[in-house]
Amino acid sequence: MRFGVVVFPGTWSDCDFHYVISEVIRQPVKYVWHRDRNLADLDCVVLPGGFSYGDYLRAGAVAGRSPVVEALPEFIAGGGVVLGSCNGFQILCEAGLLPGALMRNECLQYRCQSTSLLVENAETPFTRALRPGQVLTMPISHGEGKYHADAETLRALRQRHQVVFRYATAEGAVTRAANPNGSVDNIAGIVNEEGSVLGLMPHPERAAESAMGGTDGLQIFHSLLGSLVEDGTFLKR
Amino acid sequence: MTPAEPKVTLDLARSLGLTAEEYDRIIQQLRREPSYTELGLFSALWSEHCAYKHSRVFLRRLPQSGRHVLQGPGENAGAIDIGDGWAVVFKVESHNHPSFIEPFQGAATGVGGILRDIFTMGARPIAILDSLRFGDPADPRVRRLIDGVVSGISWYGNCFGCPTVGGEIAFAPEYTGNPLVNVMCVGLVRADRIFRARAEGVGNPVFYVGNKTGRDGIHGATMASATFDERAEERRPTVQVGDPFTEKLLLEACLEAMATGAVVGIQDMGAAGLACCTSEMPARSGTGMSVELSAVPQREEGMTPYELLLSESQERMLLVGARGREDELRRVFAHWELDAVQIGEVTAGPDLIVRHRGDQVAPVPVAALAEAPLYEKPYAPPDWLAERRALDPLALPEPADYGAALIELMGSPALASKEWAFRQYDQQVGINTLVLPGSDASVLRVKGTRRAIAVAIDGNGRQVLLDPRAGAAMAVCEAARNVSCAGGRPLGVTDCLNFGSPERPEILWQLAEAVEGIGQACRALDLPVVGGNVSLYNETLGQAILPTPIVGVVGLLDEAAGLSTQWFKAAGHRVALLGPDAVSLGGSEYLWLRHRQVGGRLAPLDLEVERRVQAAARAAIGAGLATATHDCSEGGLAAALAEACVTGKVRVGCEVTLPAGARRDQVLFGEGPSRIVVSVEAERAREFEALMAESAIPWRWVGTTGGDRLRLQVGTETVVSVELGQIEHAWRNGFERHMA
Repeated sequence: MRFGVVVFPGTWSDCDFHYVISEVIRQPVKYVWHRDRNLADLDCVVLPGGFSYGDYLRAGAVAGRSPVVEALPEFIAGGGVVLGSCNGFQILCEAGLLPGALMRNECLQYRCQSTSLLVENAETPFTRALRPGQVLTMPISHGEGKYHADAETLRALRQRHQVVFRYATAEGAVTRAANPNGSVDNIAGIVNEEGSVLGLMPHPERAAESAMGGTDGLQIFHSLLGSLVEDGTFLKR
Repeated sequence: MTPAEPKVTLDLARSLGLTAEEYDRIIQQLRREPSYTELGLFSALWSEHCAYKHSRVFLRRLPQSGRHVLQGPGENAGAIDIGDGWAVVFKVESHNHPSFIEPFQGAATGVGGILRDIFTMGARPIAILDSLRFGDPADPRVRRLIDGVVSGISWYGNCFGCPTVGGEIAFAPEYTGNPLVNVMCVGLVRADRIFRARAEGVGNPVFYVGNKTGRDGIHGATMASATFDERAEERRPTVQVGDPFTEKLLLEACLEAMATGAVVGIQDMGAAGLACCTSEMPARSGTGMSVELSAVPQREEGMTPYELLLSESQERMLLVGARGREDELRRVFAHWELDAVQIGEVTAGPDLIVRHRGDQVAPVPVAALAEAPLYEKPYAPPDWLAERRALDPLALPEPADYGAALIELMGSPALASKEWAFRQYDQQVGINTLVLPGSDASVLRVKGTRRAIAVAIDGNGRQVLLDPRAGAAMAVCEAARNVSCAGGRPLGVTDCLNFGSPERPEILWQLAEAVEGIGQACRALDLPVVGGNVSLYNETLGQAILPTPIVGVVGLLDEAAGLSTQWFKAAGHRVALLGPDAVSLGGSEYLWLRHRQVGGRLAPLDLEVERRVQAAARAAIGAGLATATHDCSEGGLAAALAEACVTGKVRVGCEVTLPAGARRDQVLFGEGPSRIVVSVEAERAREFEALMAESAIPWRWVGTTGGDRLRLQVGTETVVSVELGQIEHAWRNGFERHMA
């Protein structure tokens, strides 16, 4: 499976995704510069974490209008999948490829900590190796991760099972105390209607080796590998 | 149109921080009166901050070489060989003065400055540690400083993408008007690809790269070389403003440019900006330099030569390229959307020739700028010291309830969890951090090898106040011991010497003694000092800080998988105490917390015992015998045991019995060097005993892990029996309750 890791000015999880893809799951991977529109030889595009363009205007706002992001709809229509983590999730929302927005954490501070994630939907290409109700441990590291959407959007998200991960306790209880940033409904990750675009605030690449404290993030990569069928398209929902 | 320049007089020189003797010396060196611009150059480069005028005579005595040293002091940072073709580049630097004036930007640009010091050497920064000192967090003004400093570090480090993996925060009233912000950075580089700040090759082009120049930070170096009065607020324009996004681009562009082979030398424009780079780089290489200031990218209009030379605008570098390869360099920086402008060239010397729109504004010998006068001023111990040291802590009353005393200690801001700060820092970007903040040392793997590095930073101003030589030596020992407790073999030291005004004999004595102590400890532990920083004049309204040498140590683990952490892992393990029994309540956290006293004498330090205890702990870790290793420091043995019980993922209690003899508060809370708590699986106790016998160190079994209490017995009497939940609650909330 061919991965492309997008690099914007200010991206910093690019090397970490590249390392996990090449050294841990041992798949072909290349960096894609933000001005590049050619995604033809890729199966999965990763939008990694960081501070693209310093996040000076709004997190992900400038990157959301970059050439590589403009090329994503065609890539998705052609059968590709997109994984956006942290700043990548913010960029996908800014670009309108996912609904809603990510706002400043409710505590008004940056948060780097371990979180427990309840799996809500195990029928996406990103979660097929998981079970609904399963709890994963993955770290977050962000200042603007409070997911927000209007009531109608939220209703639609729930109805179509687009909410994939929610912040929960280690036992899987969705509580206010388990919500690190004030996200509505404890939402940590969502997919688009087709299930081909995942955005999540946690960092799966930081939970991909036992030396780093856990391997739950690897499940997302294994799900992707297991979802790619022979004709080069992904099993969808 | 350049506005008329002020007339150069002795008064003007004085207002720029130069003395009458220094002014005369400038005239001697130039054989004429300096121009206004030249006076500015001298005032910045001869400032204490840039020239170490008062400290260099002492610093020369530190051991600076060793078989692993690839680069000692004198460059942007030091470098140590860690094998497999890799080297670590590291340094600690202070940003105390700016952080007091403007905590957020002051601390942020402190991070920015030290990051640049590391990547100018060709290394990718992989870890930040910071050592912070403040007044009492119960004071709202202090809280504002803490919040500003922590947010500033968080903002810059997180946006740049370098994890903050460790550090410490301590409190004392002496830091109320003069907080300390010391930031250490560690980078990784191929050992044969280290770059240096040299201007070699006559005719080679000199490039200005990075951010544009503005009027911020002019005379920052001079500001950092003076004490503060009630008008400190007026110095705000001397504080720079950071842009971590541009710094990240500068990092990638510099590393890419270096990889082309077209970079000859490179230096960060830090303190004293362009003035510093254009004189220090040729001075190191015995060359000269000629630059045209109008070519410098500027973000403000009408900047004078004086301002352009002395601006401390951030995220800028001076780069000497290989002649004929200019376009390669320009392409790399253009790709990262950064300015890279040729502003001059390397000359045969001996002068730095500065032109502005073609007019020569300064022909100054680079050697004159780079060789500031060095002072050997008189120094003497303070007259109040004997009285402080005469305090007998055992003449003060014992606590009525030792359990309550321990809980109070664990909940003091000094010992309590600093999670409030650390959760605001990205600790993992780069996916190297094997041990996160919260153990004795943090551990980072070196990808592509089996190795890891362990890093720690320490300092204890109270101990140095009471005995500068022993206290500073203990700081080296503690940082090294922390690294050893993680399983790392200490390889090198960086230090930041934070003191008051060296113009006072008792402060200069503290500095001289502290450097002597650092030197003694480093020689005994075979640790070269490869770089660092001196921050003097840390005084506000005549109140000097506690003398605070901060010591950073980097160590190596041959097997990353063999690392050790400070918390007990399971019940039923035997607990051993390595090291001597000698401890003292003099200068202890307990004495301060309970009696508000800083006095008494420190426990003796035997450097040979220290060396052997650390080696024994590493041997136990290396043999897979130690299930936890924890250094005894602030709060003594009782605090070390309590931390081992509650700082891990699960709480594990213990029962420990200590020999009777000394008074119980001294046994439990007394502090002393060379002491490490180790836990060992019961079935491997014999192996451990054999290893300790070989190590020839004082040690004893003291107890067993298990249960949900910490029980401490002295002789036959149970002195403490506390439920772990109570200890953990105090420890988790002791600092955070002030900040929330």
